[in-house]
Amino acid sequence: MSESETEPESRPLGPNVRQTAAEMATGDRTDTLLQTDGLVKRFGGFTATDDVDFGVAEGELRCLIGPNGAGKSTLLKLVTGTYEASEGHIYYDGHDITDLEPHERVQRGISMKFQVPSVYGDLSVRENARLPIQRFADGAERRERVDRAIEAAGLTGYEHVDASALSHGQQQQLEIGMAASLEPDLLLLDEPVAGLDVAEREAIAERVTRLNEEEGIAFVVIEHDTDFVASIADEVTVLHNGEIFLEGPIDEVKADPAVQRIYLGEEE
Amino acid sequence: MATDAPPDGGQSLAARVRARFEGPNTIGNSNGFWVGFLVAVAALVAFPLVGNAEQFSLFLVLSLLGLSLSVVWGYTGVLSFGQVVFFGLGGYTFAVVSINVSTPGGITAAVLAGVVGGGIGAAVLGYFMFYGGVRDVYVTIITLVATMVLHTFMAQTAGSEWTIGEAALGGFNGMPDIPLLKLGVGAASFQFMYNAIPVWVPGFGTVELDPFYYLALVLLVGTYLGLRALVNSDYGRAMVAVREDEDRTRMFGYNVKRIKLVVFILGGALAGLSGVLYAARNVFIDPTVFTLLFATLPVIWVSVGGRKSLLGAIIATIAIEYIRVTLGGELALVMLGALLLGTILFLPNGIVPWVHKQIRQNRPAPADAEGPETPDPTEASES
Repeated sequence: MSESETEPESRPLGPNVRQTAAEMATGDRTDTLLQTDGLVKRFGGFTATDDVDFGVAEGELRCLIGPNGAGKSTLLKLVTGTYEASEGHIYYDGHDITDLEPHERVQRGISMKFQVPSVYGDLSVRENARLPIQRFADGAERRERVDRAIEAAGLTGYEHVDASALSHGQQQQLEIGMAASLEPDLLLLDEPVAGLDVAEREAIAERVTRLNEEEGIAFVVIEHDTDFVASIADEVTVLHNGEIFLEGPIDEVKADPAVQRIYLGEEE
Repeated sequence: MATDAPPDGGQSLAARVRARFEGPNTIGNSNGFWVGFLVAVAALVAFPLVGNAEQFSLFLVLSLLGLSLSVVWGYTGVLSFGQVVFFGLGGYTFAVVSINVSTPGGITAAVLAGVVGGGIGAAVLGYFMFYGGVRDVYVTIITLVATMVLHTFMAQTAGSEWTIGEAALGGFNGMPDIPLLKLGVGAASFQFMYNAIPVWVPGFGTVELDPFYYLALVLLVGTYLGLRALVNSDYGRAMVAVREDEDRTRMFGYNVKRIKLVVFILGGALAGLSGVLYAARNVFIDPTVFTLLFATLPVIWVSVGGRKSLLGAIIATIAIEYIRVTLGGELALVMLGALLLGTILFLPNGIVPWVHKQIRQNRPAPADAEGPETPDPTEASES
C-alpha cells in the first residue's frame, strides 16, 4: 500500500479547508470536489507552495490571486499532476489522487488550460477541437461534440482556418473550448484573459460564468485583474509566498490593507 | 481507425480508402501528388532496366531506417540517436537465427526474429527512459550512449566464447556466414539473393532482374503507406500532439508515456527490419553498424529531408546515400557536414517541406479551398 493510501492524519479545519482529509476518507461533507492537504512543492531549496490546504466545492467558481511568484500556477500544476508534490495529499471527489498520473486525473474529471495558449498552429480549428474529443467519442457523436465545442468557442465559420491565424483572444476561447469539451467537473484556468482587450475579456467572463452556471463545472481561475475576478467570482483565495494568505469575498479582499501591501511589494 | 467522418454519402470505396492516407500530417493530399507517387513507383519498378539495382537496393533498405527515425522524432518528438542500435540488433538477431536454422523456414523465422528483436530492444530501452521520466535531450544522450556501448561490446566478441549455437559473433571480423535470404517454408519458398530472374521486357529484350531489389521496394512502399495511414489516424494526431506539447496532451487525457513507448517500439521494429534486410543483402554484418558515423546518418537524412515528412525521409536517404557512395572517402563526410549545416541554417524544416510549400504557394487556389460546406472525408484539410 502506498503512503497516499494510508489513513490520512486528522487536521484541524481551518478557514481554507473545506474538508479535512479524515472527512474525505469517511465520505462526510460530500459537496467538496477538491481538497489539498498540507501540500508542499520544493524546487531545490525554494519552496513554491508551503503547507497549502485549498478546497473547492462542487460547482464553485473560485479565483486564485496573488503577486508573481506566489505559487498560484504551481498549485494548479500540482492538482493536475504536472508537478509531483514534495509533501501532502490531494483529494478529488473523495479519492486520494496524489499518486495518479496526469492523464488519469483528467479522466477523473480535472481539466486545465495553461497560461500560454499553445493551440496546434498547423492544424485547423476543427482539427484542434477534435483532439481531446477523439479520445472518447466516435462517429456522429464526435462530429456533434466537435461542432458544439466550436460553436461554444464562438468560432463557427473558422472551422477550416489554421489555428495559428486566429487572434490571441480566439486562441484562448479555443483552448477553453478544448478543455471544456472533456466535460470536466473541475476546470483550472491559468490567466485566461492575459493580453486580451475589454471585449475579449467580457466574452471569456461570460463563457466561464455560463459553463459554471449551466453545466455545473467548478472553476479555479488564476487572474491578476481584480475587475475580471469580481465579474466572475464571489470568493477569492489570496496566495502569497506559497501560502494561503487570505480567503473571502472579492470586495473584502481588495479592501484588505495587507493584500494591497503584498501586491505593491511592501510586505516583508 | 476511428474518425468523425460523416456517413458515406455516395463516396466511392477508392475515395474512402484514399482518405485514410491523407491528412494534415503528411505532404501530398492532392490528385497531383498521387499521380506523381504512382509515376515514381513505376520508375522505381523500371529502374533495374537502366540502373544499378544491386546498389540501389541498399538505399531502399536504408530508407526504412530513415522512416523509423522520422516517425519517432519527426512525428512524436523523440530525438533518438539510437535507431542503429535496433538496426544492428535486428541484423545480428537475423544472422544468429538464420545461421543456426538455415532452412527456408528458419531463415523466414530469422527475419521475423530480427524485427521482433529490434522492437524488444526499443521496448526495454524506451520503458526505462519514458517511464523513468527521461525527456528531451537526455533521451538523445542515452540513445547515443547505447549505440556506443553496443559498438564497444560487439567489437570484443571475437573469441570463441562468443558463439551462439553455430553462430560466432566474430568481433570486428563480423559474421560472414549468413545464409542467402529465402522466404517461405520448404518447397514453397523463394530465394531473394543471387537469384536473378530472366524477364522479357519490350524494348529491352530478356533482362535479369534482382528479386531482392523488388522485395525491398515492396516493403518500402508498403511501410510508407502504412505510416501515412498511421500518422493521419487518431493515434497519429495524438503522436503529433505529444511532439508539439507533452503537458498539454496529458491534459486531454492521453497517456503520453505509453504513446512515446509504443511509437519507440514501432520505430525499433522498423529499424530492425531495415537491419535484417541490410544483413541479408550484404550477407554479412559487423560492428560498424554501431559506429558514431552510422548512428549520425539517419539524423542527417531526416533533418535534411524534413523530419516531419515521411516522404522527405525517403527522398533524402536515397539522395544522400547515392551522393555519399558516389563521392566516397573524406569528401563525402565534408559534403554531409555541409549539407546538415546548410539545412539547419537555411531550411530548418528540411528541403522536401520547403519544396512542397513553394509548390502550394505557386498553385492557383481552388474556388472552394476553404469552404466549410465541403468537409474532407476525414475532417482533415490539406497542409
